[in-house]
Amino acid sequence: MKAAAVDYVRPRTLAEAVDLLAHASVEAQVIAGGQSLLALMNLRVASPRLLIDIARLPELLEIVDHADAVVLGACVTHAAIEDGRVPDPSLGLMPRAAATLAYRAIRTRGTIGGSLALADPAAEWPAVLAALDAEVVLYGASGRRSLKCAEFTTGIFQTKLAQSEIIEGARIPKLSADARCGYVKLARKSGEFASALAVVVADPRRGYSRVVSGAANGAPLVLEGTSRLVGEDGRDPEALRNALGGDLDRASDRHFDEFQRSLHMVAAIRAVQQVLA
Amino acid sequence: MTAINLQINGAAVADDVPPRLSLADFLRERRNLTGTHLGCEHGVCGACTVLVDGAPARSCLMLAVACDERAVETIEGFASDPVIAALRRAFHQHHALQCGYCTPAMLITARDLILRKRAGSEREIRTGLAGNICRCTGYTNIVTAIAEAAKEIGKEAPNAQ
Repeated sequence: MKAAAVDYVRPRTLAEAVDLLAHASVEAQVIAGGQSLLALMNLRVASPRLLIDIARLPELLEIVDHADAVVLGACVTHAAIEDGRVPDPSLGLMPRAAATLAYRAIRTRGTIGGSLALADPAAEWPAVLAALDAEVVLYGASGRRSLKCAEFTTGIFQTKLAQSEIIEGARIPKLSADARCGYVKLARKSGEFASALAVVVADPRRGYSRVVSGAANGAPLVLEGTSRLVGEDGRDPEALRNALGGDLDRASDRHFDEFQRSLHMVAAIRAVQQVLA
Repeated sequence: MTAINLQINGAAVADDVPPRLSLADFLRERRNLTGTHLGCEHGVCGACTVLVDGAPARSCLMLAVACDERAVETIEGFASDPVIAALRRAFHQHHALQCGYCTPAMLITARDLILRKRAGSEREIRTGLAGNICRCTGYTNIVTAIAEAAKEIGKEAPNAQ
């Protein structure tokens, strides 16, 4: 199908984009890579009246390599992360995850900010950035604010992004040199959305460990008990199964069926094994 | 209508387009470049893959207006490209197409895999082709053809990027 009629504007600055968004008299939608939005528009699931194209805003393409973190502009593409064309704070976790995200022809246009803003429950970045304890930086009419990624995503396609705010970028803490990461995506076909996603980050030098399940019928699910176990370098397979089982059972609001629960168990066990190996 | 200026297959093009027009429809209906095919129009089938600023992209998931000041290459622009030439020969030899609907995008995707050195094994090729659907061949001959073209190109220019 074809998208419905729409107006289009390409502002020169982020401030101008926010102003357009705040003062639009019709339903306005920010577009970056458009790899989800244009599919939804072609299917007429979304029919915004005004598109504000932010893909080339210099502020959103900025990359800052701090001593303790890397800030990636919202319009950095998945392919740039996959190829290592931007600094990697995650010892290879982010490039690895990027390479599993959809297909190359999608990754060359799709952006990290777009993925966070859409908050598809099965998407890679919300889960990976939550596991890395990253922050999302938001820019709006009332200024700039930062939120932990793990709190920014609130549900299925739901975030704390306000009506007239635009994601400016993500601030990702740098892992210590001896940190370990695990990443497992279960999908029936390469490039499909995940049926289950597990991300593990263990950084003992910073006293940090986190295990996150993605494609978890909601926002990325932080597995607290399992995170603690990984932090204690627990290597007993039975203890790992029990911790995971307990975490998944406590998430009763996710309503996992038996098959989904099993997929999440398998993904998380394999991802933790990568860290302990 | 919005005015756009872009490069298509190396030539400067200026046009006025309605914002909702996809790059694919722009290429096919306004520029008569019908080698770019439309299958699903939501990014899944890969038939509409072209190069935008040198990188493969879904022309159904890009607006023509967003291609202002960008360079687009379609299958028609690869007549004298050595990698496409090698792929064309290999596709012919190994019967890597039947109806041909997916073929232009298969060639563009395969060229990108070879140039990025992601066509070194059957697994790599199959993973790289996951976003291009073929309903005729069962992929076996396509994978064989790409592997052969990759080998040939590798031999000619072992350090080609």
